[in-house]
Amino acid sequence: MGTNGPSVSRRSLLRGAGLVGLGGLLSGCGTALASGVAGTGPPKNTLSYWNLLGGGDGVRMTTMEQVYQKQHPGVALSAVVLAWGNPYYTKVSLATLGQRPPDVAISHLTRASILAQAGLLEPLNEAELAPYGLTGANITPAAWKMAHTNGALYAIPLDTHPLVMYYNTDICKKAGLLGPDGSLKNLDDPAALTDALTAAKKVTGAYGGVFSINNDTATPWRFFSSLYYQLGGSVLADDGRKIVLDEAKADKVLSFIQNLSKQGLIPTSVDYPGAITAFATGKAGFYFEGDWEITTFETTKSPFSMTAFPNVFGGRYAVQADSHSFVLPKDAGRTDAMRQQIFVFIRSLLGQSGTWAQGGHIPAWLPFQKSAAYDKLKPASNYKGVADHVRYDDRAWYSGSGSDFENIMGFAIGAVAAGQMAPAAAIADMKSKLTQYANTPSPV
Amino acid sequence: MSVQAVPVGTAAPARAAAGLRKPRGDGRAGWGLTAPFLIFYVLFLIGPTVYGIVMSFFNSSLQHSGLGGFAGPDNYTQALTSSDFWQSMWHTVLFTLMTTPPLVAIALMLAVFTDRLARGRWFFRLVFFAPYVVPSAAMALIWTWLYTPQIGLWDSWLSAVGISDPPNWLADPSWAMASVALATVWWTLGFNFVLYLAGLQEIPRNLYEAAAVDGASRWHQLRRITIPLLNRTTALVLVLQIIASLKIFDQIFLMTAGGPNYATRPLLEYVYDIGFTDFRTGYAAAASMLYFLVILAVSLVWFFVSRRQPKEA
Repeated sequence: MGTNGPSVSRRSLLRGAGLVGLGGLLSGCGTALASGVAGTGPPKNTLSYWNLLGGGDGVRMTTMEQVYQKQHPGVALSAVVLAWGNPYYTKVSLATLGQRPPDVAISHLTRASILAQAGLLEPLNEAELAPYGLTGANITPAAWKMAHTNGALYAIPLDTHPLVMYYNTDICKKAGLLGPDGSLKNLDDPAALTDALTAAKKVTGAYGGVFSINNDTATPWRFFSSLYYQLGGSVLADDGRKIVLDEAKADKVLSFIQNLSKQGLIPTSVDYPGAITAFATGKAGFYFEGDWEITTFETTKSPFSMTAFPNVFGGRYAVQADSHSFVLPKDAGRTDAMRQQIFVFIRSLLGQSGTWAQGGHIPAWLPFQKSAAYDKLKPASNYKGVADHVRYDDRAWYSGSGSDFENIMGFAIGAVAAGQMAPAAAIADMKSKLTQYANTPSPV
Repeated sequence: MSVQAVPVGTAAPARAAAGLRKPRGDGRAGWGLTAPFLIFYVLFLIGPTVYGIVMSFFNSSLQHSGLGGFAGPDNYTQALTSSDFWQSMWHTVLFTLMTTPPLVAIALMLAVFTDRLARGRWFFRLVFFAPYVVPSAAMALIWTWLYTPQIGLWDSWLSAVGISDPPNWLADPSWAMASVALATVWWTLGFNFVLYLAGLQEIPRNLYEAAAVDGASRWHQLRRITIPLLNRTTALVLVLQIIASLKIFDQIFLMTAGGPNYATRPLLEYVYDIGFTDFRTGYAAAASMLYFLVILAVSLVWFFVSRRQPKEA
């Protein structure tokens, strides 16, 4: 093939391609490459900001960055969006270890705690934050507390994103679950929730409620842990060195979940996109997930609303959550002026909490959280009351969002929901896997 | 790859030429010409490999620079006594056992079929090879949709032929691995298919003509001429396939994330989990080295088998 072809054109084509490639290298990323190789770093008037926000959150964050940029034209803001999850935190860790960290980065509070323990974050001095209003008095107390590790502040919370309950208003109305004012009946009881799901199932003809089980460990964990926390349980203690999983409580929750799936009230097999589709197409009346899917259902124009995850087991109210927060990766060369520039940036973004809250997250910035403007933001403000009753993952070097702790728990819970495993076997499985981690010296 | 696949005839003169002594200057020019490659090879392959071996004897952490404390053989002991390590190693082997035979046999069948066609050969070549160019992420997405319970295409096809209660392909621990394997066979068949096609084109046509004159049936021709003369290609395809299957990560990571309940987690995902999720890069390096030994063993078998085979003229 091609032996009779004009060889000259092939060679010149290659040469042309080479020149184009080289040209692109020199003009496009030439400056970044040069500064990277020479180790000079970006020029000093820039502010580099890493985040993991995609989808609607990414769009809103970009809007907020643009507002900041307009207010501070002298600062060249360079925002980098990276894929969320382990790759993101790996990059933050390695960039910091390689002494080329971003000036400020978004981190989940559960992960900020691990980064702080590894000594990769700069502790924040509350006195230096006070002039910007970045104090405990202006931030959701539960998030502010979680932002502390070993007594020092390492992060400034942006929001709280709890597990919430989405419900289809049309289906719930037909099922007789809405009061005369259009609000959802109280479901704070195992029987009440089961009955509501049964009523919804009769209307949909498919399922009562849905949450993702397959190829997803985080969602089963969110659902299980919220119920388990309501019974007053904990999983880890002593920074993860001890497993305190309460078998009776875990069994109660797992049996409850398995009952729901046995009765066909929730699917035994559905993945994350499948769960969204089931709810958006009216195959389920309820959907359990973090608050961030609000944009999805607004886009699909589903008749839906959202409310706090019910207090099913009736103990002290608790629901699983995590928070986005701002952290300052350790940088020996960071000047005081630079720190102040960063705090101004954080303050500017917090001041735009009204934009951020449209994504469903409960803004951590109390001046906005307590405002009438937020109250008007429906359905996002329906569940704002939970912000102070959320539970973050118990602290350990192997816990937090996207961790193996959540994988171990989520896989076992998913197997119970799918009817593949008895609750007792799942608990034994969790315990034996977690014990291996508890006995491993922390690499952090 | 195709260079290795067609050693019959073309390779012999080259090998003969290599036996002759060359003027000294040529050697230096050779080094010069390979230098750009060698530098990258040392920098990005040999270097990291050696560093990985060293690291496997330390408690290295993703959250700290440097090697960390010396661990001696602890990481290896821990891996060899960990049920999770062996479970994921078994999943990798199981996946290899599930995918290699069909990927070799079906590729051969399709290649023979395509080779015999009088017309439209280009079409089948394209059709059978096309899935191979699909990126793993796209392939995982397509097959996840196909396997979706109730609304997926598989289930609707099966119900059309009267199978009303199909298994939960990706969610059932006893079906998940087979489902990923099936998707992989569809996806990567094209590569082996092309190797076999190349091998088939090297078989002289007159052998078939002579056999036909002697009254050999199509089936006899296949058994006595095609398959024996494809031996070297088969050996190559087999080894490349085993190594490719042992490297399983993408499809499982994307389609099941190692689930349900770790029922499909392959060794490479185990390494990824402990290295990147748990920050234990030293231990992850030790697990990779043990895995490397398995691949090395397969490669050595290939090396000795291919040396023993008579070189065709």
